Amino acid sequence: MSTSVATSSTSGSKVALEKTVVKSWKTPIALGFFALVSVVLFGVFGRSGVTQFRVSTSADLIQIPDMFVPSDLTCWVLAIVMVALAAFAAWRVKVAAKVPLWLTIVFAIVFVFAFLTWAAAGALIPIPGLLIGAVSLSVPLIFGALSGVICERTGVVNIAIEGQLLAGAFTSAIVASVTKQPFAGLIAAMVAGMLVSFVLAAFAIKYLVDQIIVGVVLNVLVSGLTGFLFSKVLSPNEQLLNHPPRFDRIDIPVLGQIPIIGPVLFNQTIIVYIMYLTIAVVAFALFRTRWGLRTRSIGEYPQAADTVGIKVNTTRFWNVSLGGAIAGFGGAYFTLGSVGLFTKDMTAGAGFIALAAVIFGRWDPIRATLAGLLFGFATNLQSVLGVIGSPVPSQFMLMLPYVVTIFAVAGLVGMSRPPAADGKPYIK
Amino acid sequence: MTTKKQKMVENAKSSKKAGSTDVATEPNVGQTDSRWTGAFREILSGSAVMSVMAVVASIIIGGILIAVTDSRVQETAGYFFARPGDMLQAIWESVSGAYSSLFQGAIYNFRRPGFLNGIKPLAETLSFATPLIAAGLGVALGFRAGLFNIGGRGQMLFGAAAAGWVGFSFDLPYGIHLVVALIAGIAAGALWGGIAGYLKAKTGAHEVITTIMLNYVAFYFVYWMLSTPGMLQAPGSNNPKTPGMKDTAILPQLFGPNFQLHAGFLIVVAATVFVWWLLNRSSLGFQFRAVGFNPHAAKTAGMNVNRMYFYVMLYSGALVGLAGVIQVLGTVTTGFSSGIDAGIGFDAITVALLGRSKPWGVFAAGLLFGAFKAGGFSMQAAQGIPIDIVLVVQSMIVLFIAAPPLVRAMFRLPKPSLEATAGASNVQGRKAVVSK
Repeated sequence: MSTSVATSSTSGSKVALEKTVVKSWKTPIALGFFALVSVVLFGVFGRSGVTQFRVSTSADLIQIPDMFVPSDLTCWVLAIVMVALAAFAAWRVKVAAKVPLWLTIVFAIVFVFAFLTWAAAGALIPIPGLLIGAVSLSVPLIFGALSGVICERTGVVNIAIEGQLLAGAFTSAIVASVTKQPFAGLIAAMVAGMLVSFVLAAFAIKYLVDQIIVGVVLNVLVSGLTGFLFSKVLSPNEQLLNHPPRFDRIDIPVLGQIPIIGPVLFNQTIIVYIMYLTIAVVAFALFRTRWGLRTRSIGEYPQAADTVGIKVNTTRFWNVSLGGAIAGFGGAYFTLGSVGLFTKDMTAGAGFIALAAVIFGRWDPIRATLAGLLFGFATNLQSVLGVIGSPVPSQFMLMLPYVVTIFAVAGLVGMSRPPAADGKPYIK
Repeated sequence: MTTKKQKMVENAKSSKKAGSTDVATEPNVGQTDSRWTGAFREILSGSAVMSVMAVVASIIIGGILIAVTDSRVQETAGYFFARPGDMLQAIWESVSGAYSSLFQGAIYNFRRPGFLNGIKPLAETLSFATPLIAAGLGVALGFRAGLFNIGGRGQMLFGAAAAGWVGFSFDLPYGIHLVVALIAGIAAGALWGGIAGYLKAKTGAHEVITTIMLNYVAFYFVYWMLSTPGMLQAPGSNNPKTPGMKDTAILPQLFGPNFQLHAGFLIVVAATVFVWWLLNRSSLGFQFRAVGFNPHAAKTAGMNVNRMYFYVMLYSGALVGLAGVIQVLGTVTTGFSSGIDAGIGFDAITVALLGRSKPWGVFAAGLLFGAFKAGGFSMQAAQGIPIDIVLVVQSMIVLFIAAPPLVRAMFRLPKPSLEATAGASNVQGRKAVVSK
């Protein structure tokens, strides 16, 4: 509800547009709230001690020494910076200007840094380790979110991301174990995700069944089917069927030696590198190609798309299948990238978090990726703080991404508006 | 203007699907068939037959899955062309063995002596069905108002936590203690459901997302309470588990200690009657249904749509919370951990869909799924077939029921007359477009 354009009366051939700016106090209020929390929590209830940040890993080319910062002083400084940022945002709104996005991002980074300094007073935070874990936790989330973005932009709600991830994980484990080829497992995972999508597309597009219902039921179906086959077939023949070879980490020369970024981004498995490529391709294709324009037009206004000759239901069908293939690929990361074997219900709700990332990322591939990273970071932060002993109960850390999403969906962080025809079947 | 109209039509259509009414079974006046053929067609194309056929088809698919994964069947398949009888026999043995143990675990066990021992599994089925029906009613109520409540897990956990806290920490006389615990649990479920309703009404946040997120928040919150001394954790223990319920708060057993059935079943019967009354006889329920059919029309008629969203989530959450209460005061009375919801919040969605969101339909569907659950455990114990097969059969049932044309095509059933003519004209219309 930041800006709205009101059309005034159209007199003759001239169309007069009148711009009205609605002042939205949501961002300053939210920032002010968090700034207040940090002043009270990090400042008043500050913890004395020295926080140590480890910046480099031993393999880095340029070694940066560890940073030592006094906890209480740093927290005070950062809290004051946050108050200043919130005040700046309030001033921007007061003079009817937009609050820039970078302000929110800087605020978030300062907040996280202050939180780390406060929580780890007298302890060591390995920043590369924290980030590496965050990236690897968010890989399936990002693949799932990209799948969700493609499906929802084309007008089909994909709640079956969880099922697609699980189907991908299951199939890739079996195929990679039997063929001893992890790449064959990757392809099988895509096919499995696609098959789940076929069912979703057939029921949603041909039989016009409520898409949310099909999605939920498909999740149950895949969970039941993989669970049944796991107990009945995989467990008795574990060596043959559930012993897939794992992808090794590939260290990209030069790039991998950059401090912090290097080990985090360029010393990963092939699946992660394909993820970078997929994000770029989806983001480019959705906004710069003919396919993307058609996809988005179908998701916004299928009647108009049909009128100009785009085959609405066929395009939807193949887009949903593509989404399924991407999610299935992400599911393979569970078995071939991180865990190394399939276990029952191993996705553990990642599909639903991916769905949250889609909405939090406002149906945009890049933003959805960032949301996925955020969720991965929060999950990993919890486990890192669990090791050094944080003053906050770990359950509240785990809760954080979901609370943030609720706020985001409720419009506090920004207006989230789905594609207009999202979830509505197109009947010619 | 046209877009608005089309949206309204689409909304009406989709809500009809999510809801329950089947307009399509009305007889067609212009039909040339004789009266008896017409009546027969009507029965075959009716929703009851569709439901039965969907169950039959799913059980057949489950049977195929059981047969394919059976080791004896796989062995005999190796020499199928030499001795086909062996494989057929193996298939029959595996499938019939599975389903007969499912029946014996769910309804009547012929191997036990005496009627009273034989009927024990039925009591178990009813006990499994009790929370499923309660939660199913909650989800169905949401469906009738066009809302999709996936938040069953969170609402159950909160209901269970509140009822459990009253159940083990208060000292109250018989009867009053139980009532207080019940009210506390129902109120907590209503609160957790109400948050999603409030957000939907105030900000338009989609209830699917908020309820999913609230599930996780509730899980971690309850888990934190369970593992914090002084909150819900049993004193002197390190496990995230509560102490057992006090005797005064436990739902009494209906047929003595030998039968698994507790008074929660009676509460659920009462809840079903209440939901039926609410939906079909009360003014609030009328508004719920009106909003579910077409929120724009309801708004035009002067109803406060947003307030209805809030109210329906309150009621829905209360019913799902009741399921959590029944779990802690009836089924698991020795103290509970964070897995107390046992997936019932999600099963409730399939129960509501199978019951076509009608109170007594949900009741029947809950009984069926309760039977699957009770039988599934005995099937797992007796035949070594994983209980996940029950999930497969359940989801298949719902998929088939959600898509009547598919089931009709599978069993070659006639189309309902009204839809058939509409379909025909549609095809003609398409042909006309193509021939141009």
